[in-house]
Amino acid sequence: MPKHHVTTTINRDPVEFLCSSEQTLLDVLRDVLQLTGSKEGCASGDCGACSVTLDGRLVCACLVLGVEAQGRSVETIEGMAQGDELHPLQRKFLEHAALQCGICTPGFLVASKALLERNPHPTETELRYWLAGNLCRCTGYDKIVRAVLDAATEMRS
Amino acid sequence: MNDITTKGLTEREFKVVGTRPLRPDGVDKVTGRAKFGADLYVANMLVGKVLRSPHAHARIKSIDTSKAQGLHGVKAVITAADFSDLPSEFIPAGEMMVNYRDMTRNVMAREKALYEGHAVAAVAATTEAVAAQALALIDVDYEVLPHVIDVEQAMAPDAPLLHDNMYTIGADPKPAKPSNIAKRVEFNLGDLAVGFAKADVIVEREFTTAPVHQGYIEPHACLASVSEDGQAELFCTTQGQFIVRSFCAKLLGMDLAKLRVTASEIGGGFGGKTVVYLEPLALALSRKAGQPVKMVMSRTEVFRATGPTSGSKVWVKVGATRDGRITAADALLKYQAGAFQGSPVQPGAMCAFAPYDLDNVRVIGFDVVSNRPKVAAYRAPGGPIAEYAVECVIDELAKHLKLDPIEFRLKNAAQEGTKAAYGPKFGPIGLVQTLEAARAHPHYRAPLKPNQGRGVASGFWFNIGGETCAALNLGEDGSVTLVAGTPDIGGSRASLAMMAAEELGIALDKVRPLIGDTSTLGFNFLTGGSRVTFSSGMAVIEAARDMVRQLRERAAMIWEIPLDEVAWEDGCARSNSGSTRLKELSLAEIAKTAGKTGGPIVGNAAINAQGAGPSLATHVVDVEVDRETGKVTIVRYTAIQDAGKAVHPAYVEGQMQGGAVQGIGWALNEEYIYNANGRLDNPGFLDYRIPVCSDVPMIDTVIVEVPNPRHPYGVRGVGETPIVPPMAAIANAMENALGIRFTQLPMSPPRVLEAIDRTGLVDKPGA
Repeated sequence: MPKHHVTTTINRDPVEFLCSSEQTLLDVLRDVLQLTGSKEGCASGDCGACSVTLDGRLVCACLVLGVEAQGRSVETIEGMAQGDELHPLQRKFLEHAALQCGICTPGFLVASKALLERNPHPTETELRYWLAGNLCRCTGYDKIVRAVLDAATEMRS
Repeated sequence: MNDITTKGLTEREFKVVGTRPLRPDGVDKVTGRAKFGADLYVANMLVGKVLRSPHAHARIKSIDTSKAQGLHGVKAVITAADFSDLPSEFIPAGEMMVNYRDMTRNVMAREKALYEGHAVAAVAATTEAVAAQALALIDVDYEVLPHVIDVEQAMAPDAPLLHDNMYTIGADPKPAKPSNIAKRVEFNLGDLAVGFAKADVIVEREFTTAPVHQGYIEPHACLASVSEDGQAELFCTTQGQFIVRSFCAKLLGMDLAKLRVTASEIGGGFGGKTVVYLEPLALALSRKAGQPVKMVMSRTEVFRATGPTSGSKVWVKVGATRDGRITAADALLKYQAGAFQGSPVQPGAMCAFAPYDLDNVRVIGFDVVSNRPKVAAYRAPGGPIAEYAVECVIDELAKHLKLDPIEFRLKNAAQEGTKAAYGPKFGPIGLVQTLEAARAHPHYRAPLKPNQGRGVASGFWFNIGGETCAALNLGEDGSVTLVAGTPDIGGSRASLAMMAAEELGIALDKVRPLIGDTSTLGFNFLTGGSRVTFSSGMAVIEAARDMVRQLRERAAMIWEIPLDEVAWEDGCARSNSGSTRLKELSLAEIAKTAGKTGGPIVGNAAINAQGAGPSLATHVVDVEVDRETGKVTIVRYTAIQDAGKAVHPAYVEGQMQGGAVQGIGWALNEEYIYNANGRLDNPGFLDYRIPVCSDVPMIDTVIVEVPNPRHPYGVRGVGETPIVPPMAAIANAMENALGIRFTQLPMSPPRVLEAIDRTGLVDKPGA
């Protein structure tokens, strides 16, 4: 079957790619564009390691088809730092030691950024429920929650 | 609130060790740059996929791969016929014993498929779609056999046999018939009958635990490339690149030196990435196809075909006097090994009563095979299962004796000089300190609301050392490249660089830590056994001392004074002869002129690290039980542990918090659920539910430091002990909340609800 030609925007840059009908956005990001910061932990939308935003909405890239990116704007972990400046969330994750192995970290950062864009002042409970779709097996979440709450405080000031 | 309590810390004043710098690999991991197992793509790469048995137990009568081989785009197909059979013998590999007969059969089924998901063939093709199509064209003729899943059913005399030649090792007399019991172990101390005769109170209970998976978020993945002359490269996610090299070279009949293994960044392991699954298959496929082959497991494959830890039946009996001294302790452990021998029953038996100073002990353990994936190490392998049961019985005894559970433990706690039931005398250990810190913690006095309960449990793990190399290469500008051979699974680049900077007396940012591949260093045992900060740390300190000696020699040469008149302080050579004519020489200054004073300066260490000190912990947890739904909420959690010396306290806390939350999952939710056909019904994160962010509160930590005298900085391993106490602490808290003693894990809502209904505790409307 012929591949689809998709024109889209990824991390604010125009991008074109070819993909087959069944390829997910995650497959395209990783296997076609080699943006491997988005991780595949389950391919069923349960772990959140492939979290990206699609027109600003937080999604699991493994549950979106590549062709659905047509004409839309995708943001991945690779677009989070600006030039040589880390995003406050990225800095706070490092300062709080909020990662151990680091495989879930891109997903947590993308998900946390999406939360703070719509709710700059989340309570701990709101944050914990927002992040409930992102699995971390190393940290027990404590330092992640502290890092995001600290970043929220800094971003508000 | 995260505290550090120091008890009798070494005299040494640290400058870098004990601080909380940013980790050197951090930016790569928050920007998506870090390359994990599945993140490498190379030219001409094929996709490898595995065909897996749909049956729990079946004889493989024949495999016809001809149709798959004929499919356009298929480059190689392999089965067990592509691997040599290997004899059954136990061979030391680092600190493990491996049996290559079993290993070659586990990576590719030979005579029989022994569990659902057991690999039976593999293909390499140009695309994933072609590879999947090829798998469907492989024709396997199975003769389905009766299967057995449950550990006690597998031990029954009429159970279906997995291995016709399995005669229980350690049974006396040697059994006349084969069985599924691979091994019997026994530890004895003193005289049980005498001990129980002295007891005023005896508690005896049987416990059941479910197999649980390590649940690393990164599935197994690798990329292999074998060239026409037999030289090979393997990039894979592993806890030990050297172990992978040993295993793969043996399974494929290669020279070690021809196989270079590079450990990718590793997305969690917890013991589960100490073995090989895809790696030998990818190498065999690449060798056959003459192209690089990449293989990545799906999450379903991870659950069905990689090692969880054992499920178990554990019986425990403990007696104590009225004044709270334990007089005797007895335990019987039955651990599932999965399809091949090798459950962690032996360490489980050694750990069972290790936290206590006892005169009369017996522990008997059985290693039992059944039609499940072969178990792999999981954080303190064997310890949590046995200690869960023991810590529940200890709690019940304390209740009978009307003693505070911490007080009861303090009356019996092992300390320096205690002879453990499994043999050795303990050096300085920190159980008493963790118990005292727990008793003093505000958590222990916090008020409880209705339906809430508080539980305490302690935990022990040995920790290991072992074969380790490290290198420090001094650059011409005075910066230092640190090469370690143990994959960094949770911040060890930071702790190793800190120890190098401390010893050399230079700024931390002058040390760049890297993880070397198997060609860059001598043999390193793997990242496991809580050994990296201890062993690689010891090797790094030794390499730094080797470098300092050379730096002093260069200064002595430049100054034309004897070596013993040159001291090394704060990153500088200083003359201690009292001469004012000699100003100091910094490391950078010596580095700059190294070419004229004798050549490159490299600090090396190749050691077999000895003297790992056990780490002990005490956890306090408050739970709240919803009597209508059976759901248990963790309200408050405090983990207290002896770290010896916390090199980077934030990552020590992280180990304690992460282990506690894995334990919460083990206690409340996680289990493998098999159907009547022996197939796993919950092979995904939706139905095998690990704790999510909204399930847990903040995990408070207290680091206690009782230095390990056998490490230059007092370090003990900390990674494994934190998963030992949670299950019992939570069960004890549930008992405190409801008055019901749960003896089965997980304490999932249906089970809790059933127990509440059974005991009539449910609040009646209007009552």
